[in-house]
Amino acid sequence: MMEAGARKAHKDELIKLVGVWKTYRMGELDVHALRDVSLEVARGEFIAIMGASGSGKTTLMNILGCLDRPSSGSYWLDGEEVSRMSADKRAMIRNRKIGFVFQNFNLLPRTSALENVAMPLSYTASHLTEKEARRRAKEVLERVGLGDRLHHEPSQLSGGQQQRVAIARALVNKPPLLLADEPTGNLDSKTGEEVLELFQELNREEGVTVVLVTHDPHVASHAERIIYIHDGQIVEDLPRLHSRSPSLKEVSHEGV
Amino acid sequence: MKVYRTVRTALKSLMRNPLRAMLTTLGIVIGVGAVIAMMEIGVGSSTAIKNTIASMGANVLLVFPGTAASAGVSFGAGTVVTLTAEDAEAILRECPSVRNAAPVVRARTQVIYGNKNWVPSVMYGTTPAFLDIRDWTELAEGEPFTERDVMAANKVCLLGQTVARELFGDESPVGKEVRVKNVSFRVVGVLSPKGANMMGMDQDDILLAPWTTIKYRVTGSPLQTVTQGSSSSSSTTSSSSSLYPGSGAKLYPERSEAQAASQPMPVRFNNIDQILLAARSAEEIPLAIEEVTLLLRERHRIRPGEPDDFNIRDMTELTRTLSSTTTLMTNMLLWVAMISLVVGGVGIMNIMLVSVTERTREIGLRMAVGARARDVLQQFLTEAVVLCLVGGMVGIALGHGGSKLVSVTMGWPVESSPEAVAAAVGVSAAVGMIFGFYPAWKASKMDPIEALRYE
Repeated sequence: MMEAGARKAHKDELIKLVGVWKTYRMGELDVHALRDVSLEVARGEFIAIMGASGSGKTTLMNILGCLDRPSSGSYWLDGEEVSRMSADKRAMIRNRKIGFVFQNFNLLPRTSALENVAMPLSYTASHLTEKEARRRAKEVLERVGLGDRLHHEPSQLSGGQQQRVAIARALVNKPPLLLADEPTGNLDSKTGEEVLELFQELNREEGVTVVLVTHDPHVASHAERIIYIHDGQIVEDLPRLHSRSPSLKEVSHEGV
Repeated sequence: MKVYRTVRTALKSLMRNPLRAMLTTLGIVIGVGAVIAMMEIGVGSSTAIKNTIASMGANVLLVFPGTAASAGVSFGAGTVVTLTAEDAEAILRECPSVRNAAPVVRARTQVIYGNKNWVPSVMYGTTPAFLDIRDWTELAEGEPFTERDVMAANKVCLLGQTVARELFGDESPVGKEVRVKNVSFRVVGVLSPKGANMMGMDQDDILLAPWTTIKYRVTGSPLQTVTQGSSSSSSTTSSSSSLYPGSGAKLYPERSEAQAASQPMPVRFNNIDQILLAARSAEEIPLAIEEVTLLLRERHRIRPGEPDDFNIRDMTELTRTLSSTTTLMTNMLLWVAMISLVVGGVGIMNIMLVSVTERTREIGLRMAVGARARDVLQQFLTEAVVLCLVGGMVGIALGHGGSKLVSVTMGWPVESSPEAVAAAVGVSAAVGMIFGFYPAWKASKMDPIEALRYE
């Protein structure tokens, strides 16, 4: 099973972390949020990062999302070493290569779904006209099944619909990587399930690499590969079992 | 394209909370409104003053006799007897930038017609040129007196509207005789109404006659008590020079005793009280002053280094003084308005800071999806500037409307001033920049991770 992951990574790796440390200084003490993390994720994979709170999974996600820089070690994203880049360059990388989906959706209030989705385009595509930007936003919204809600404001949408808008926003620049931080945390189980299915669908049909950060084993079970993180280290890296229920129990015991 | 998009984004962000945006920009609206209204009213009143002065006769210069001084004691303006009617003629003849010149002799005494009497506030002896200089050639009735009348010291006069009304009521004064100090004057014409000048003095309360008549028939009498005004000063000067001999410059060449014996000169003062000049244009006034000064110094034989025995006053100086007074007023009000703009700016800064804190998550999100620090800075700065500019526009409209209202209801003269509009737009944009910068800078310095986690 390990070989399967490795084989995929060799083919075409999108993410490659080598010996990443993240250290915070708290007064006199150095706190290691990540210790020597190495990870490879191939293009088109659907992985889940699991861990309890304080395990370092958020730190790992921040580094994967180019929001933060590792204290040491290196990070190649889509063939580019991003860990030494300036803040402005990382902003550009985030804009073009990464789509973020958050637990609390983070949509702009009193702004239509279409405007929300088109928002990231204003930071890159100066070559895009207003019309094109709107057309693209409309396309993505249709892709996530909200073609009839273009002009609704977040307050007029249900939680699941809001998260779909957020996913559309993440996809609007056609990034290779989709980073989702507890995307179902604020949703009921039914709509959560729908959102996860949307992720699977996007992964399968569009070939988008999805990295899901969660503490919920059920959510993680939608991924093809689950990475457990504990005390800042990757403790396990498992491809998903095909039969869910028995393995899920084991997983949840180990994870929590 | 980029700018358009940024402005649109800013507008949209502001429209998410329209009431707050409106209240925030109220300070700017009031500030700019005040600036515009003040400027329009200020410019209007200074133009009104300029017009008033122009109506008193454009480009008018006044030459007064100088100050007598003896052993360091001066006797005040007009205390020497230096100006003559010949000076006026010479000025007109020899100074190319002077359009016209008229000698003036002043008097103040009673005018009687039948059983009515009146003391005109102004009684001038002059030449017909006076009317040309004062822009008063249109008469209401009759004809002006002529140069011939001046030379013959004919007893004719022109009356101002007020004098005519007081003495004649509804009657036509032309051809009637009025008595001025027991001298009969025939009224040849009535001046057209000119109204009050800017000091509120009635310009129609006037009697004009040939200067020779006034000089030799009215004020020239030995009874000094009835005459008032500076013509009486001649006696003061002559007596003072005998009291303090050997002082001051001799104005005229000394005549030897032989000369005096062979050509006895009867002493007949032909001094006049002032000369009224008109320059050819407002631009030529300084040149005219220069020419007149040179000519009069030469005619009065003043050595280089000696002070002038006359002084020249120009109305433009008056114009300038008055307009500088209004400028001062306008500036003062402008400062008050500026202060209110600064207060408005502080209001903007305050709300922008609140807004930045409130929108921390939005800032984090924008950074996460690729906004650089400078994009965030730009966005918040644009919001502040747009807010201020919109406030400025509303303020301009409000200020303009306000000044119109003032002009309609209170009758104040107003004049729209494009400079003020431009300045208001510039200032409100600058206020937005200055007071929007700190909040925007604060927003741009946020850490996206912290910002996204902000509750």
